[in-house]
Amino acid sequence: MRPQDILMPAATGLCCKPGGFHIDPVRPVERALITHGHSDHARPGHGAVLATQETLDMMRLRYGDNFARSTQAISYGETVSLGEVSATFHPAGHVLGSAQIAVTHGGTRIIASGDYKDASDPTCAPFEVVPCDVFITEATFGLPVFRHGNAADEVAKLLASVALFPERAHLVGAYSLGKAQRVIALIREAGYDAPIYLHGAMEKITHYYQSRGVKLGDLRPVKGMKKADLAGTITLAPPSATSDIWTRRFPDPVTAFASGWMRVRARARQRGVELPLVISDHADWDGLIATINATGAGEIWVTHGEEEALVHWCTTKGLAARPLALVGYGDEEEAALTDDEGGSE
Amino acid sequence: MNRFAELLDRLAYEPGRNNKLRLITSYFREVPDPDRGYALAALTGALSFKHAKPGLIRDLIAARTDPVLFALSYDYVGDLSETVALMWPRSFLKQPPTPEPSPPLAALAEGGEKQTTGETPLPPRSRRGGVGGGGTTATTASTVNLPSQRTSTQAASSGHNNPPPPTLTEVVITLRTLGKTELPGQLARWLDELDETGRWALLKLVTGAMRIGISARLAKTAAAALGNKDPHDVELIWPGLTPPYVDLFAWLEGRGDKPVNRDPAPFRPVMLAHAIETTDFANLDAADYIAEWKWDGIRVQAVSGRDENDNATARLYSRTGEDISKSFPDLLPSLRLQDSSDVTLDVSRKPLRTFRHQAFAIDGELLVLRDGRVQSFNVLQQRLNRKAVTPKLMKDFPIHLRVYDLLSDDDGDLRELPFAERRTRLEAFIAQLDDPRIDLSPTIPFDDWETITAARADPASAGAGDDADAVEGVMLKRRDAVYLPGRPKGQWWKWKRDPHIIDAVLMYAQRGHGKRSSFYSDYTFGVWTNGESGEQLVPVGKAYFGFTDEELIQIDRFVRRNTTEKFGPVRHVVHEANQGLVLEVAFEGLQRSTRHKSGVAMRFPRINRLRWDKPPREADRLETLELMLKAEGGMPSP
Repeated sequence: MRPQDILMPAATGLCCKPGGFHIDPVRPVERALITHGHSDHARPGHGAVLATQETLDMMRLRYGDNFARSTQAISYGETVSLGEVSATFHPAGHVLGSAQIAVTHGGTRIIASGDYKDASDPTCAPFEVVPCDVFITEATFGLPVFRHGNAADEVAKLLASVALFPERAHLVGAYSLGKAQRVIALIREAGYDAPIYLHGAMEKITHYYQSRGVKLGDLRPVKGMKKADLAGTITLAPPSATSDIWTRRFPDPVTAFASGWMRVRARARQRGVELPLVISDHADWDGLIATINATGAGEIWVTHGEEEALVHWCTTKGLAARPLALVGYGDEEEAALTDDEGGSE
Repeated sequence: MNRFAELLDRLAYEPGRNNKLRLITSYFREVPDPDRGYALAALTGALSFKHAKPGLIRDLIAARTDPVLFALSYDYVGDLSETVALMWPRSFLKQPPTPEPSPPLAALAEGGEKQTTGETPLPPRSRRGGVGGGGTTATTASTVNLPSQRTSTQAASSGHNNPPPPTLTEVVITLRTLGKTELPGQLARWLDELDETGRWALLKLVTGAMRIGISARLAKTAAAALGNKDPHDVELIWPGLTPPYVDLFAWLEGRGDKPVNRDPAPFRPVMLAHAIETTDFANLDAADYIAEWKWDGIRVQAVSGRDENDNATARLYSRTGEDISKSFPDLLPSLRLQDSSDVTLDVSRKPLRTFRHQAFAIDGELLVLRDGRVQSFNVLQQRLNRKAVTPKLMKDFPIHLRVYDLLSDDDGDLRELPFAERRTRLEAFIAQLDDPRIDLSPTIPFDDWETITAARADPASAGAGDDADAVEGVMLKRRDAVYLPGRPKGQWWKWKRDPHIIDAVLMYAQRGHGKRSSFYSDYTFGVWTNGESGEQLVPVGKAYFGFTDEELIQIDRFVRRNTTEKFGPVRHVVHEANQGLVLEVAFEGLQRSTRHKSGVAMRFPRINRLRWDKPPREADRLETLELMLKAEGGMPSP
């Protein structure tokens, strides 16, 4: 069977006919395998959902108990047989519980990697390279201008700013699932042990991380705090909230934003960000090509993001490559931004 | 260089003036000489070297990257220097070792699926070191606090194979002496050594396009703050200083004497006026004041002096202390001191001036005069920001200096004298100078505020005559006011004539910056015109101040409740004939503009009042602006 007969792009998402399931479907389907808990990948309303325990928990937190008819948890490294194929989940290093899904049929293995990063992250299991024939890769940062550097250096920048402006509040925009907790963990690794404040929209998911053993130190809700008492503090908030009416409760806030997009100045300026922090939960350009090389795959399918550049690069390296043209996936931060007032309490 | 780059990077994003100052001062505190001095030079525009052309930068990147990837990247980023800074290949990294050739799965064939758990995964990105990654197949996701993989990269990046990145001093010194042919190679070496931000700053520096919103004045103020000195003191000695300003920093840090300004024609920080409110007059006595016309020109300071070798120097400064002499070569001869020995023996010619002044500094307004008549600001604008000052330009737009204060003469500094006394000296000085390009700004005689109110309302009948169109209002100066830098309270008042006012409709709103980032505080407004689809609003300007804090909250609320569409940071606000917000907009003048769809551009527009009471259909029309434009005699903008 040809790879494109095992997994094929459809309007509903990536469809596996011989296995009778979809991966990260964008519309309700009978059986769904979900790579991770971000809302563009994990949607409610499916029949049966197979995902890691963390991903299932996050969907439950976000959509309520009845987000699917039935669920099944799977661990990293575990394999299940589905129709004519078998599926194995491997860590993707993107957020807590994120997985790549290896779909094997006969002698052919295809990896649907979902969103992934190969940089270290204290809040989730590291990305695992799995040899395969076809590697399906995201391309969120699929341009050579995106090289993300050391996240610890960015956090050092934030802490230097907090030291320089002790009378101002520092407001860090970060996606509430994954990025926020990673930033907090990095701040703690840098030795900052004062309380860190949270926007209301972040509390639930952050406490879930803590319940899974991720050490985040002293976290407090920002709600109810006096303006003057927020001088010199750090608050994490969803990106949309950092330019919202909500910010008026802070003394002369410094607006930071932790995102891979912050690599490009125009993007940062457009958002009115004063302190861009280049911290990404997606592989950067070097990460994408290193990973493609490491999988040993001879064929590369490129999904959401800057497909054109990555497909071009593969072609120059003699790899068969094509864009999958799947719709419905985007950077979750960007998705959050279009919902302008979404983050306010 | 990386520390300087970090500063530029942060400044480029920081909207607040005080915060910018803090950032710069803290840089000066941390960074030693001479690097900080060259940084100060870069921020004040005092560095000069032949700049690299964008073509050179393009060639460098073209030789190192795939053209398709470069084109896609440039298209995405939109700025050449930034694109190159971001995608410049890392030279120090050896190619990541090729992963162990993994047997195609076809070879593993049947039963593979049962064994997947036993596979040994490759570590993530091998060049980042082998920490973590392995043996994770059975790990639960609660694994935390793994050693940082990136950290090992950092160690490698600052490893022995790499020369350290250049210091700012190295870059500046090298650029000054480097030959044209050596520039590409040198630039490439530096780009190899710097990180993303460092490369960006370097390219901004070498292409001469810093554009980070820092004025020279702000940088000097930040330097002054290092030693808790008055910025004016730095300003006073500045013209005598050269990069890297080691003496200046020594003085600021209390390690050395105050540097002496050896400049024969130094700038003196200017004195500014407060806008007067009608309620202020109750507390003011007309007898204490001298009144002058407020000219709609450019405030300048003309300074002349002699250096140690007795060579005469003349300079023209802008109100911020920028040397603009080069733009007005036609005015300089009038400022240059003449020795009696230079007097021509040709008796057929009018003898050159023989006055005895050795040095002077005068404060006045730069204007264009034709046949003795002051031209509008629009006409004067033709002389501003010109790269080449051609003979034709000088002939068509004859420059003139109208003076109103004398800051120093041969007796030395006069700034401590009362204004009335300086004025008397000025009148004598100008009479003696007797130069057709320089004249005195007349005073307006008055005994009471009614007289001056009438003069302001009708300058033509109050002495301004045919120049009345160039009168922007009146200046009121206390007779006993000493000349103080800055805007001292109660000494000088400006009382502008009523500005132009129109009623326009709010069309689009954009978020502000800094403290205003949660408010929609930048407004695009339009007036009615009969367009292709009938009556429609056409944008005529943009304003982001003039309103009170309370009004800002009201407009912000209106914008949020009446948004019809969003384009990125811009909101499209409802503007129909019966629905929308009318803004009373005040502005100083109009110009034709090819850049604006409406064909007109406003000078200094601001929100004067909110007209909640007025339906949008009653707002002004484009024809009204056209008429104003005709009345102004507006010229096409360059």
